[in-house]
Amino acid sequence: MTVKKLKKAAFDKWVAACIGNQRVFGVQAKEDRFVFAPLANAGDLRLDYDVTILPPKKYFLPPRETLLKFDRKEGFESVFDSQPFVLFGVHPYDMVAISQTDKLFAMDQYDTHYFDRRQKATIVACDVQNASKEVFAGCMGTATVDDGFDILITKIDSEYLVDIRTEKGQALADTIKDAEDADEMSLKLRKLVWADNTKLLQKHKLNVRPDVLPRLLDRSYEHPVWEEKAQRCFSCGSCNLVCPTCYCFDVRDDVEWSLQKGQRYRVWDGCLLSEFAAVAGGHNFRRNRADRYRHRYYRKGKYIPEKIGEVACVGCGRCITACTANIANPVEVYNKLVDEGK
Amino acid sequence: MYKCDSKKDIYLPLPATVGKVQPMTKYESFFSCQLDSGEELGHMPGQFVEVSIPGIGEAPISVSSSPTRKGSFEMVIRKVGNVSKALHGLAAGDKLFIRGPFGTSFPVDEAMKGKDIIFVCGGIGIVPVRSAIQYVLDNRDDYGRVIILFGAKTPHDRLFIEELDKWREEKNVTFLETVDHRDENWSGPEGVITTLLPLVKVDKDNTVAVVCGPPIMYKFVIIVLLEAGLREDQIYLSLERNMKCGVGKCGHCQISNIYVCQDGPVFRFSDITDIEEAL
Repeated sequence: MTVKKLKKAAFDKWVAACIGNQRVFGVQAKEDRFVFAPLANAGDLRLDYDVTILPPKKYFLPPRETLLKFDRKEGFESVFDSQPFVLFGVHPYDMVAISQTDKLFAMDQYDTHYFDRRQKATIVACDVQNASKEVFAGCMGTATVDDGFDILITKIDSEYLVDIRTEKGQALADTIKDAEDADEMSLKLRKLVWADNTKLLQKHKLNVRPDVLPRLLDRSYEHPVWEEKAQRCFSCGSCNLVCPTCYCFDVRDDVEWSLQKGQRYRVWDGCLLSEFAAVAGGHNFRRNRADRYRHRYYRKGKYIPEKIGEVACVGCGRCITACTANIANPVEVYNKLVDEGK
Repeated sequence: MYKCDSKKDIYLPLPATVGKVQPMTKYESFFSCQLDSGEELGHMPGQFVEVSIPGIGEAPISVSSSPTRKGSFEMVIRKVGNVSKALHGLAAGDKLFIRGPFGTSFPVDEAMKGKDIIFVCGGIGIVPVRSAIQYVLDNRDDYGRVIILFGAKTPHDRLFIEELDKWREEKNVTFLETVDHRDENWSGPEGVITTLLPLVKVDKDNTVAVVCGPPIMYKFVIIVLLEAGLREDQIYLSLERNMKCGVGKCGHCQISNIYVCQDGPVFRFSDITDIEEAL
């Protein structure tokens, strides 16, 4: 639609106006790291962040989400209780992950609980200003993003370009004051930012194009790397927890003290956890650590790409940081498969 | 974004009422149920439902009766987890809640039509296959020979005892059974289920095999069927996994690139021979 240019003061005023009008979640500092959290003051918004501890998936697929309430006599009833909100500061790689999850929750069976939240979100994405230590989005084609967001912010020197793409974005941008339309020069500079970011967000270098990964995995099922890495795996599921494209969940019931009423809710689950593929009665279809470790790679690099045509790793590098055993670096594993396949 | 006209909540179970409960073995009980809406379940043989007890949870359970037998649907529930244990506490008239039916079914109206059918069931594997057996018997003229092979661990583990006898006496059916370990009251054969296969003549070009049993059984039964001359695309089997959500989202039942809850639980063997984790 339009791209506006705002000076820092006007930008801060706009953020403050947004906060005054609706629920806003934005990136803020938490000790020496960053998180998405409720935003109370425009001054707390840190668009210069490198990466957040958890991805923004928590707003669409909360760690614990009530799906149904029940009364033991009367049965179940759907719960849709989310409110509209604005999400400020989603990096391109996380935006790509959200768009992928959208596809997967819409596919075959439409998940009304996921989309109830998703459709109430206005997403303000922002181009990366500082690369995190482990990021490799530049190798995955996700250092920049073309769609999925309502607004995209790019900082150019001391000014902000605000690219408004949807009606929801326009509604949010209505409170912008003291802005001019972006000039040709600013738009050219923005293209340079995008080109730079693709290069800068490569702290690890993947030696193949991401679209080759499904074929690479096709011939790597018996590769020793799975066993080698998994030997040190604690099966803690941290890689699943921090992954923007992981969306597996468990469903559980909770009963109130009355023992009459309660909720059925879903919670994040992880395919690295030892009981993930176990069935009632005790048989575990993925009992070995290496099988679970490999499954995660195949899911990201082959199974999901076969469904949606995109590799389900966006190069955020969170798993590398989160892994206690230092075995989660996807680039290291993929490069090993490439090298030894030669 | 992915707008959908349907506001249907794929996680919302519908109320049903237990018509009859009957213990079958130490661990398995038989349940006959009806949807409170009065509608038929609308399943095909081999499909499963998610059964809920509010406050306990939900579990995937095979439908054991054929859709040709109207008015109610039947399940056999083995007491193994929280939900199945709670289900065992239900009596006639009690409520339970149902989502589904989900998944693929045995090709009773397609590949199986006009063919000889050999059913190979190990233990609790008889439960989903019974739906297909009933369907075939209720449309008996549509199929060629019908062979039913059943193996149980011990005589005490046999399910549907009266129905097994009916099948045994049925003129148009070849029924053979065995137990892994006999006891003093058992006069029939002793041995694993594969020992029954050489006892029946199979027209290898004109037969469809339907196989269901514990994971270990598949490997051995399939080898014997292939040795008898059946091709991989003549064998259908039903796989068990943790089908938590039933709608292809939660990830628990995934085997390589397939979701058992959506792409299965019934598979044609030739479609999964390349799938590493399947068997």
